Amino acid sequence: MNWFLSWISGTILYAAPLLFPTLGEVIEQRAGLVNLGLEGLMLLGASVSFAVSFATQNAWVGVLVAGCVGLLANLIYAWLVVHRQAHQLAAGLALMFFGIGLSALIGKAYVGQMAPVLPKFQPFPSQALLFRYDLLVYVAFLLAPLCWFLLFRTRFGLKLRAVGESPAIAYAAGVSPALVRYIAAATAGILAAIGGAHLAVGITGTWSEGMTAGRGFIAIALVIFSRWDPLRAIIGALLFGSAVVLQLQLQAQGLGISPFLLDMLPYVLTVLVLLIWGRGVRYVAPASLGRVYFGTE
Amino acid sequence: MDEDRLTCESDKTVVCLRGITKRFPGVLANDHVDFQLQSGEIHALLGENGAGKSTLVKILYGFYHADAGEILVHGRPVHIRSPRDARALGLGMVFQGFTLIPAMTVAENVALFQAELPRFFSPRELEQSIRAASDQYGLALDPKAPVWQLSIGEQQRVELLKLLLAGARILIFDEPTKVLVPHEVEALFRVFESLRAQGFSIIFITHKLREALSCADRITVMRQGRVVGTLLARAATEESLLHMMFGEKLPEITRSPGSRAPGEVVLELRDVCTRPVGTAPALDHVNLKVRAGEIVGIAGVSGNGQRELGDVVLGLLRIVRGKKFFLGQDATSWSPRQLVRRGIAFVPEDPLSMAVVPGFSTLENFALMDLQAFSKFLGTVMNWGKVRTFFREGFTKLGLSPLPEPVRASTLSGGNLQRLTLVRELSRPYHLVVGLYPTRGLDVRSANAVRQAFLVAREQGKGVLLISEDLQELFSLCDRVLVIFRGRIVGEFRPEEADLTEVGRLMTGAGVLHGS
Amino acid sequence: MVLKSTSNRWVWILFRLSLTVVLILGVFGLFLWALGKNPLKAFQDTLRLNLLNPRGLSEVVVRMSPLLLTALGVAVPFRAGLINVGAEGQFLMGALLGTWAAFNIAGLPPALHLVLVLLAGMVGGGLWGAVPGALRALGWVNETITTLLLNYLAPLIVGYFVFGPWRAPELAMYPQTPELPVVPYFPVLPGTRLHLGFFLGLFFLGLYAYMTGRSRWGLELRAVGGNPEAARRLGMPVERWLLAAMVLGGALAGLAGVAEVVAIHGRLKMAVSPGYGFMGFLVNWLAFANPLGILIMSFLLAIIASSGFTLQITQRLPYAAVNVLMALILFVVLAKPFRQGVRR
Repeated sequence: MNWFLSWISGTILYAAPLLFPTLGEVIEQRAGLVNLGLEGLMLLGASVSFAVSFATQNAWVGVLVAGCVGLLANLIYAWLVVHRQAHQLAAGLALMFFGIGLSALIGKAYVGQMAPVLPKFQPFPSQALLFRYDLLVYVAFLLAPLCWFLLFRTRFGLKLRAVGESPAIAYAAGVSPALVRYIAAATAGILAAIGGAHLAVGITGTWSEGMTAGRGFIAIALVIFSRWDPLRAIIGALLFGSAVVLQLQLQAQGLGISPFLLDMLPYVLTVLVLLIWGRGVRYVAPASLGRVYFGTE
Repeated sequence: MDEDRLTCESDKTVVCLRGITKRFPGVLANDHVDFQLQSGEIHALLGENGAGKSTLVKILYGFYHADAGEILVHGRPVHIRSPRDARALGLGMVFQGFTLIPAMTVAENVALFQAELPRFFSPRELEQSIRAASDQYGLALDPKAPVWQLSIGEQQRVELLKLLLAGARILIFDEPTKVLVPHEVEALFRVFESLRAQGFSIIFITHKLREALSCADRITVMRQGRVVGTLLARAATEESLLHMMFGEKLPEITRSPGSRAPGEVVLELRDVCTRPVGTAPALDHVNLKVRAGEIVGIAGVSGNGQRELGDVVLGLLRIVRGKKFFLGQDATSWSPRQLVRRGIAFVPEDPLSMAVVPGFSTLENFALMDLQAFSKFLGTVMNWGKVRTFFREGFTKLGLSPLPEPVRASTLSGGNLQRLTLVRELSRPYHLVVGLYPTRGLDVRSANAVRQAFLVAREQGKGVLLISEDLQELFSLCDRVLVIFRGRIVGEFRPEEADLTEVGRLMTGAGVLHGS
Repeated sequence: MVLKSTSNRWVWILFRLSLTVVLILGVFGLFLWALGKNPLKAFQDTLRLNLLNPRGLSEVVVRMSPLLLTALGVAVPFRAGLINVGAEGQFLMGALLGTWAAFNIAGLPPALHLVLVLLAGMVGGGLWGAVPGALRALGWVNETITTLLLNYLAPLIVGYFVFGPWRAPELAMYPQTPELPVVPYFPVLPGTRLHLGFFLGLFFLGLYAYMTGRSRWGLELRAVGGNPEAARRLGMPVERWLLAAMVLGGALAGLAGVAEVVAIHGRLKMAVSPGYGFMGFLVNWLAFANPLGILIMSFLLAIIASSGFTLQITQRLPYAAVNVLMALILFVVLAKPFRQGVRR
């Protein structure tokens, strides 16, 4: 029972750093941009937040700066795909390379160090160690309905979705597709970087090269799983959080299964999720996704 | 002319165009056109294709800028530089291609174009207001329905609703009936009348004079960029309008029966059923025979299983029940490759997406016709000399001048692409040619080249299956015309005996007796 | 823009190219400077140690061999309209299956054994490419995301074997296999580390150039990539081509992996690839699947990879820093500088 409770507790904790980038990608894809650079953004967020939090001894400053860096980095991507009409997948991968490399440069000095982590608190008084989270976990789960509200209940959300479906029609309706896409990319950049930051200064309190371990790509799969719906993204993030925690727990139990095989669990699960939910997304996936918009003549 | 001036400044005139001239490279599209729209009237702009109707309304809507002339709205001279300016003046235009987002609901599509949409909105209130507006104008739309589920007629009404809620008082329709079936046309005209009763002014473009006569208050006829005249619909007759549209010579719809009797059955579908794919209808017990030396037409409103029928013939769509025979052999489960090899040619609409590789040269595209025949040594070496010979011969045989060989397909015009496709498909040994809307979107000359090639194919004793929306085309080319509706063949006609209204009824399902 | 003479055009292209290079190096230098390194010294070292001495130059060519093959591994699917970002995983699986063949096939003449080992590497990479290829051919999942995810699975599988059943007992410190029995028979140019892999790379590049450009099969592959809808209606087996392209691509990347294990490392370990698969993707993107471009760009990226190691030693930078340089190159190429209209 105790084992079960700690599994649930850990699931929620590990879902948060996935939920941030997933929500960011939902918004970005709803505006018609596929960003494969999430992994790089997360790594940047993790390394920057760690470095800043190490220097200032304040984890919140780290998270804040990480968010700003994520925003700026993703604006490179947005500029490439919106203004230079670059291939979205290639631009995303370039961003991924950028993030992997730059985070390694930034983090070099901090390998093996400990930085201050975000303060944790419990929503209700109970057993000592379970269900104690930092504020970002609560933020993540509140952000999902907020994103949903933004997309489906506000004028801006309507315009953003219109841009994702057809930039030309949105333009005819008086919306600037470029501006909307920049805003979407900026939001996604902040969210992805905060997701990475949460991993570094929220959960582990350490930095290691490539520490996000493909979470950026798992997030993209989760967007498909969630059918571009922020509320369903919660389910997806919890599913993967539970897989990560289960794998950690099984390793701790020492069942004699190779840790490498257990590590495969989330990736295999992702591929399976794609297999089951990745099909028949017509009229669900934004119609202009991945297409270059050359503007109206 | 003095009379015109008077009406232009009168209170009843909402739009007045004076001396509008617009020249495109090589064409004088509008030549000193004068036009007045009165308050609360339905005004038909009638003329043949290319008479300059579309250009005129696009100038009014700010899409084009006139080289000369002036526009007055409510008696005041205005400069309309963009559609935005036009909308600010209370004009609204429904285009031939709709600007709707299929994945969104009616309410969302309408809301997107509403200037005063609140920052935060409740979908329920939005839907209520849209339902109210829809009822007010008799549009009968469900605000919650996603647009992709709507019929073309309903989509057109969504476009209209968008304009009405954005405050348009002067409505322009560019060939609104072109995409509609007869009963939808009637419904649209009822909407026009209800709008007129509420004080809206309407311009609609058409080239069908019966529509103009049945619905409009006044009719302006255009020919070769000029206004021939404006008359009251009550005072007009078919003969007078025809005379104004075409001058002295009337075009004839000629039928050209084949010179010899149809021969062996080339293709036969026997009770063929398929599974539905997405929103497209499944074929439902389709029976069909195409004989050698015969053109069989498939009439129907787009999206009733025509594409699926073509795919079944080409072996791209699996047959779940029934049989397909090609040249007397059971071909039900043949692969597309086998069918193509045995002799099926295919001429689609929009060759750039369905027939040619955009990045290939014309010659490379031609070589795709039969790569095996054009290569040697297990496919490791291409015999380009042979390709070139066949390429030139193919064009000559169809009486066309060969296209340049090294040109990329993506740079060719639609007509030339279709010529390339036609030559490639008809150069190989074939027994059946399938045309899937082969003349859609083509210029008149290219379309005629396609039609001519099909007639030649018939003369040579080939079977032709022609899927088209253009009833005139079908009835002038075909030996038999079948009507398809929701994946079922609902009627068969010989062109000489056909009654077009009956065909129209069948196409829309009105004539199906045992409706499911 | 139409330029009058071709020589004029070449001058313009060269000018653009050199300006691009200066731009990229400038920005990278800025990054180094920001991190408290001396960019001039770094460039100087890189130049001196990699290009201006024969030993360094031969090392650059050594790094070029896997790049040629992984780039081809991306280029073949690219021609079929597929984006294979999984060359990294295919490389590792090639290394893995090649290693298996080296240890588990016995009693054959060495030359034959070696051929089988290389073939096994191709099979390993091919299978790893077949998974996303099949999923795409069935129309289930887009290949880009699956190939990316499989990149994360492959090192875990390699890790399982080198930390587990295949771990060499004599070197308990390092997780790696014992030396592969075929290593001594692998042809290497005397005095250098230049090995058969390089010549295999050149051979396959030539084959690729000929087949895609001149043969019926290449025309068909490109037709499938250029317009699958039309290809299907012309009776081409489009799905089979998609699968075949991914399998072929995977096989080439897998060959790179096994050659690298046999020729350079001698044994399978975690660090057999310093990102050769990703670099291959970059090479192909820069070359746009053009054979000559692949040759030039693999050389360029081999210099970058070598520089990565140089900088690691002389400037104590993490090897991953080359990713920044690669990203900058890709950014600049995607931004299409010096081009007025970027419209099609």
